[in-house]
Amino acid sequence: MTHYQSYETVIGLEVHVELHTASKIFCGCSTSFGAPPNTHTCPICLGHPGVLPVLNRQAVDYAMKAAMALNCTIADVSKFDRKNYFYPDSPKAYQISQFDQPIGENGWIDIEVDGKTKRIGITRLHLEEDAGKLTHVEGGYASLVDFNRVGTPLVEIVSEPDLRTPEEAKAYLEKLRAIMQYCDVSDVKMEEGSLRCDANISLRPWGQEKFGIRAELKNMNSFRGVQRGLEYEQLRQADILDAGGTVVQETRRWDDSQGKTFSMRGKEESHDYRYFPDPDLVRLHIDSEWKERVRASIPELPDARQARYTAEYGLPAYDAGVITASKKLADFFEESLSYTKDAKAVSNWIMGDLLGYLNQTGKEIEAVRITGQGLGEMIGLLEKGTISGKIAKTVFKEMLESGKRPQQIVEEQGLVQISDEGAIKAIVEKIVAANPQSVEDYRAGKEKAIGFLVGQVMKESRGKANPGLVNKLLVDVLNA
Amino acid sequence: MALFDQRLQDLHNELAAGKLSAAELTEAAYARIAETDERIGAFLTLNEEAARVRAAELDQAGAAKGLLHALPAGIKDNIVTKGLRTTCASQFLSNYDPIYDATVSGKLQDAGAVTIGKLNMDEFAMGGSNENSSFRPVRNPWNTDYVPGGSSGGSAAAVAAGQVYFALGSDTGGSIRQPASYCGVVGLKPTYGLVSRFGLVAFASSLDAIGPITKNVEDAAYVLQTIAGHDRMDSTSADVSIPDYVGSLSGDIKGMRIGVPKEYMGEGIDPKVKEAVLAALRVLEDLGATWEEVSLPHTEYAVATYYLLASSEASSNLARFDGVRYGVRADDPDNLIDLYRKSRSQGFGQEVKRRIMLGTYALSSGYYDAYYLKAQKVRTLIKRDFDQAFEKYDLLVGPTAPTTAFRIGEQIGDPLTMYLNDIVTIPVSLAGVPAISVPCGFADGLPVGLQLIGKPFDESTVLRAAHAYEQHTDHHKARPQL
Repeated sequence: MTHYQSYETVIGLEVHVELHTASKIFCGCSTSFGAPPNTHTCPICLGHPGVLPVLNRQAVDYAMKAAMALNCTIADVSKFDRKNYFYPDSPKAYQISQFDQPIGENGWIDIEVDGKTKRIGITRLHLEEDAGKLTHVEGGYASLVDFNRVGTPLVEIVSEPDLRTPEEAKAYLEKLRAIMQYCDVSDVKMEEGSLRCDANISLRPWGQEKFGIRAELKNMNSFRGVQRGLEYEQLRQADILDAGGTVVQETRRWDDSQGKTFSMRGKEESHDYRYFPDPDLVRLHIDSEWKERVRASIPELPDARQARYTAEYGLPAYDAGVITASKKLADFFEESLSYTKDAKAVSNWIMGDLLGYLNQTGKEIEAVRITGQGLGEMIGLLEKGTISGKIAKTVFKEMLESGKRPQQIVEEQGLVQISDEGAIKAIVEKIVAANPQSVEDYRAGKEKAIGFLVGQVMKESRGKANPGLVNKLLVDVLNA
Repeated sequence: MALFDQRLQDLHNELAAGKLSAAELTEAAYARIAETDERIGAFLTLNEEAARVRAAELDQAGAAKGLLHALPAGIKDNIVTKGLRTTCASQFLSNYDPIYDATVSGKLQDAGAVTIGKLNMDEFAMGGSNENSSFRPVRNPWNTDYVPGGSSGGSAAAVAAGQVYFALGSDTGGSIRQPASYCGVVGLKPTYGLVSRFGLVAFASSLDAIGPITKNVEDAAYVLQTIAGHDRMDSTSADVSIPDYVGSLSGDIKGMRIGVPKEYMGEGIDPKVKEAVLAALRVLEDLGATWEEVSLPHTEYAVATYYLLASSEASSNLARFDGVRYGVRADDPDNLIDLYRKSRSQGFGQEVKRRIMLGTYALSSGYYDAYYLKAQKVRTLIKRDFDQAFEKYDLLVGPTAPTTAFRIGEQIGDPLTMYLNDIVTIPVSLAGVPAISVPCGFADGLPVGLQLIGKPFDESTVLRAAHAYEQHTDHHKARPQL
């Protein structure tokens, strides 16, 4: 019986993260996403004859910040090299990258899978320029190239082959994304290509030290895609090994719609990139003052925040992990706490209603209009009894869509809870009078009948009656 | 005296006095080109219409302002000029009109110079005879059966023929100095990094330097004064303060210590060339300098080192010429690879292909350590030779080239012999130090060049010594009969 579990899976990831500097890494062109094709270009990024690159220091700062957040050692001397290859997305026919003296080396991050923490090594982080974007015209008669992206600063983060399952790979990516978000060096949006991931995966019999022959996976455009691609490869390679075959060392393309990987090119077709130091750029000397300045700019990172949320606010580790996995969500959480002291309530609303809504609609936190202040104030209204839990659900939904403050929503829609005993009693009496059968049932000992009567009172009050008071007064009236 | 033989200061006085106009200077250039260039072939593109408009503007603006006000200039065709065709003498770029200006082009403009046109060269600056131009060879104004040297052969020939007042060239392994020597004019290769390379179409980025080609040392100082200086568009540009080069031409070289590298005066150097250099040394001695022999022991490895490093860089620098975005694209390619292959096969000439192949090989995995890396190490040793010599001497002096100009066609089939013409200019390029070639006599009717080599960023000493020598000789005053 073929089964990938007969083998140990070994995975290493190469992640490219676009740095969100205002301008490109070697020229002054804008890096903003979504402009009309070839409008953010100049002779330098178009690789015209005679142009020279000038390094954007902000890109170096960001790369150093990212490397430090990944616990890397920062080089004292770093340099840039040319990676030579012909392709229409590369106007100079070489990419300026870093070969043997990257910005950062020997780092690590901790990931959590099934409640267990595991440390994943980071081999290196280097700085390089992005390529242009090719669009192949349907019918194959032409390809179009957009050079807006060319020269956008990228860091390539290479992990050690420490990952053992596709779930671990996904957890690693999520942690990496969170760290980049916290450092504020990238938008890290896989769908916009500001985070991209290639994977090396191989299988080996349990207990064997030597790595198996690996395949490199490309074209995985979502976190889910990475996991699915790796799961598919596990099965494909296990099938080959079970049948006594040998895995071919090659680059394979993940096809998301077919849910399969396909061979792109073999080892013998792999490029000789002829790396050599770029003579147009000078060596980068990174002194301790520079390092300290960048280090001082690193904010509290997700692991530290998670620990603080459990210690300071008593959140369950899981909830704290989910909230801190996204900087926006964690910032939202903390903003709420300026308006209410009830951290658990905030956490519950985030874990339940907010994430539920995001999952359901497929929206990102940035796309909804609710603010931390809004949620905090709403919890305050609940505490004061101004609104009921039921009304709060309505108010929350409205805040998600309109971004209005809860007080305003409550006033506009007349949602203030009725806690005036006289007013509620009048409704109770009216309902009791109109439902003799239920009253009789209740008095005959059918306790359930009170539920129906409460519902009727709430309906009559359009949901605004204080449910506690309704219960109390109903019992009073019925027992009178 | 021909208009372009007058001293720069005299021309400026006449311009200021209204006795001469930029328009007259410009017309004089085009008249001389019309008269001579069919025989010389120095120009690839003339800028007539724009130059006339520019001259009229300068005349209207009144008094002379810039250092090079109204002077007709020729620019080597590997220095980009916005809107003015820049081909690098390659079929590949035969349709290329740059969309920006090189830093030096802008500086000439700011200094008031009038761009007369773009000068012929060896394709992509690869060659030492100008026979590698993919359009037509340049001929030596002293004898049109002979080469003008290269790769800045058009620049040197245009100045020698009196077609322009001065020209810009580029020097990677001798490409300013050697043609200056062959054509009997002055050519200065500044310290690497003194003049911005932004807009110079790269051949070998770690060696390329832009410099002036002029009729005399004083003009070279004026042009250098204009083009030198830090440029934030070029990361390899040096952030140094620029001295007053013209002011350094005091004529006083008393006590100057000169070293004469014995490797530059030995085997392979034509005895007549050697004789001219020794005569020049006697002049320098008469002026109060002292000289003695010195050894630069790694000289013999320089040519091999250079062809590995320069070709490696060139193989990468010239990869952008792929027929996709600009330049000439081959017709009817079967697919992408075919587009690259056909465009590059058709677009590049033999010598360029040879060097791309050589450099690609040297950088290939498995060969990198043995070739590129080893050559880098030897380059360090060669640099050290110069550092050590400059601990003792203010200046090194020798010939610019082992021989005078050779006949067109004589060496084109023998690239190795051709490469040896740069045997005494290449070590200087590898060391990155400044050097000038000045006329120091004739052998069999062809000019001989004297090379004066200085410490890094010490162009002032180089210019002062060259100028003092020039003031006491008449070689630079000789003009070819055309």
